[in-house]
Amino acid sequence: MHAAVIVFPGSNCDRDLAVALERAGARVSMVWHKDTSLPDGVDLIGVPGGFSFGDYLRCGAIAANSPICRSVVAHADKGGFVLGICNGFQILTETGLLPGVLLRNAALKYVCKPVELRVETADTAFTAGYGKGDVITVPIAHHDGNYHADAETLRMLNAEDRVAFRYLDNPNGSVEDIAGIVSANRRVLGMMPHPERMAESAHGGTDGAAMFAGLVDQLAKA
Amino acid sequence: MKARVHVMLKNGVLDPQGEAVRHALGSLGFDGVNGVRQGKVIELDLAETDEAKARETVTAMCEKLLANTVIESYSVEIA
Repeated sequence: MHAAVIVFPGSNCDRDLAVALERAGARVSMVWHKDTSLPDGVDLIGVPGGFSFGDYLRCGAIAANSPICRSVVAHADKGGFVLGICNGFQILTETGLLPGVLLRNAALKYVCKPVELRVETADTAFTAGYGKGDVITVPIAHHDGNYHADAETLRMLNAEDRVAFRYLDNPNGSVEDIAGIVSANRRVLGMMPHPERMAESAHGGTDGAAMFAGLVDQLAKA
Repeated sequence: MKARVHVMLKNGVLDPQGEAVRHALGSLGFDGVNGVRQGKVIELDLAETDEAKARETVTAMCEKLLANTVIESYSVEIA
């Protein structure tokens, strides 16, 4: 399985994501934001966490309009897999690949701590390594993680089983405790928590590792 | 030609920053503030000299980048 991790100025989880994917058995290429094309044969694109372009204008807005993001959107439109974590989730909503938006945390504070998530669906390549209803602990680290979508979008997400994770104890005001969602074809996942920071025992836990192992397993089969 | 874009959260979208400002005003003794909404103003210095064209271009900028129309509304002033 070949994965590409996009690096924007201000990305700071790009290496963590690359290491997590490599340890799960993926071959990883780092791609700079000014590049206009992806390496040939990429199965998965990782859009990492951080503060791309200093969060100027809106979190993820400038990155979403960078040259490489046109290739990311084209990859997704062709049915390719995309994983956006934290700032990556914000970027994917700004590109329109995922519905809704991440607003400022309800308490206005940056929150950095481990949180418990419930796996809401195992019917995606990203969550196939878990069981529906599993509770996992992974860290969050964000100021703008308050997921917002209108009532019609929420009905659609629920009806189509597109909520991947919910918080057990909502840390940021997200509507319906939503921590991560997938696209209609289930091949684009955006989530605020950081599974790549809970992927080996030195991290203090390994609950995130199953996502990368499951992804590599599913995409190797495809 | 200058353009000024006002970007505001749409009605119905909770504005926690506005709420924090409202509470702070109350604690300073400014009673009777029923609501505060915080937005942003973006000023553009344009080479374009035709007002209609400038408005059209800036509107396209708002749709593509300056506002996220999922949650924000915008207005354009040309001067």
